[in-house]
Amino acid sequence: MAYSDKVIDHYENPRNVGKMDEADENVGTGMVGAPACGDVMRLQIQVSDDGIIEDAKFKTYGCGSAIASSSLLTEWVKGRNLDEAAAIKNTEIAQELSLPPVKIHCSVLAEDAIKAAVKNYRDKRDS
Amino acid sequence: MNAPVTVQTPIYLDYLSTTPVDPRVVEAMKQCLSTEGIFGNPASRSHVFGWKAEEAVENARNQVAEMINADPREIVWTSGATESDNLAIKGVAHFYHKKGKHIVTSKIEHKAVLDTCRQLEREGYEVTYLDPNENGLTTPEMVQDALRDDTILVSIMHANNEIGVVNDVAGIGEACRNAGVLLHVDAAQGAGKVPLDMEHMKIDLLSMSAHKMYGPKGIGALYVRRKPRVRLEAQMHGGGHERGMRSGTLATHQLVGFGEAARIAREGMSAEAERLAALRHRFWAAIEDMPEVYINGDREQRLPGALNVSFAFVEGESLIMSLRDLAISSGSACTSASLEPSYVLRALGLNDEMAHSSLRFSFGRFTTEAEVDHAAQCVRHAVEKLRELSPLWDMYQDGVDLNTIEWATH
Repeated sequence: MAYSDKVIDHYENPRNVGKMDEADENVGTGMVGAPACGDVMRLQIQVSDDGIIEDAKFKTYGCGSAIASSSLLTEWVKGRNLDEAAAIKNTEIAQELSLPPVKIHCSVLAEDAIKAAVKNYRDKRDS
Repeated sequence: MNAPVTVQTPIYLDYLSTTPVDPRVVEAMKQCLSTEGIFGNPASRSHVFGWKAEEAVENARNQVAEMINADPREIVWTSGATESDNLAIKGVAHFYHKKGKHIVTSKIEHKAVLDTCRQLEREGYEVTYLDPNENGLTTPEMVQDALRDDTILVSIMHANNEIGVVNDVAGIGEACRNAGVLLHVDAAQGAGKVPLDMEHMKIDLLSMSAHKMYGPKGIGALYVRRKPRVRLEAQMHGGGHERGMRSGTLATHQLVGFGEAARIAREGMSAEAERLAALRHRFWAAIEDMPEVYINGDREQRLPGALNVSFAFVEGESLIMSLRDLAISSGSACTSASLEPSYVLRALGLNDEMAHSSLRFSFGRFTTEAEVDHAAQCVRHAVEKLRELSPLWDMYQDGVDLNTIEWATH
């Protein structure tokens, strides 16, 4: 399968790879997917007290498109507030990376990941 | 430190998919093309062009027969192993249907066998699909236990195309012959690489393919035993070529190529097997110290040049993407539209993630030590890089048992 240049770029030079302390109350963690399906994404965001995402990290087990989708997402969410981040649509990611139809689920997973991370952060804050 | 050896990339390590045509085979084929060549129709009886073509065809038939120690009259030309499998299985089923309608095969056969069996099920036959053992082998005992009074055919592969394991087809032949059941063996992967002997093995039908053994694509053969005689219902009608079993004008240049490939394979078999096994051991030795890396399939009973390896916590498709210097195939079917992992690896009992993380390396006649070394280096590098990216690897290192996690399957 031919990958787009942007997928290859993110795959070869993934941005913001890493892991944050899950226990930190300023960190929201979203882990989505399943090994059995061939992809698992872990997206983490570090949020300032005024609700701005200051930093984002990811690790992804999956195909090149899944890795690229999550790498791109970390770039996009930085500097946004939580509502803006949670409003990112998978179609925007798919379009930016020119994902073929069989790889659309990778962008869906990325959307699920940011939503899960935001929810995790908010749940932590509310409790 | 050895001086760096430069290798040309991409390196072809997918010899189980297909092989390049050996230059000696190309030479032989050339003699059968163009106006000066042996271009005649081997079925033409009235002129020298036909006679010459027939001689070339019969010479090739001898060469293929010799490779498996059979009588040349037992070789039926086909378009490849897929057609041979179809002819053998449907041909036997249709001819012997009054005797019974039960067929035994295994779950990890090639699709040419499995899909043919599915078709026969639609026609009212009953098929038993055996589970191989965890090493990927189907044993004579398993076959024996599956036989019934109405079993007419057993179809078990010689060497598996994904994991490279080699079944004890001689033992399976004994079990079948004792029970009076015919045995078909799909030997597309094993023929020409490991010895097959039709005089001593009780195999009734054997499928072969030229392009897996440095011959051209589009040509294969089916061995059909004469003593005791095996009958088939033809699947292709029109002229009664190949003793009525497979009509159609013979492709002289193709089967001359197959014949030459068979000759080369037979003459060099033991030396080549030894060399390929050494390459395989060299490759494995260069990666086996990595944590959580496993060989799929039996370690001893396998094709000399084939290895299927699972790299835990990395995904096969991304691994292939980062191995652009290597032409290999993923054990997982992830690159296709389906997200199902390999049915072969699943049948061995591998869980989905290990099946997703597997790669098939197959070395062949033109593989060099330098290529193997470079490939091993690339693999190490790619696996390490992807594990750095993998949340599963993190969890494994933190001592988390991935099986205890409730994953949201999608």
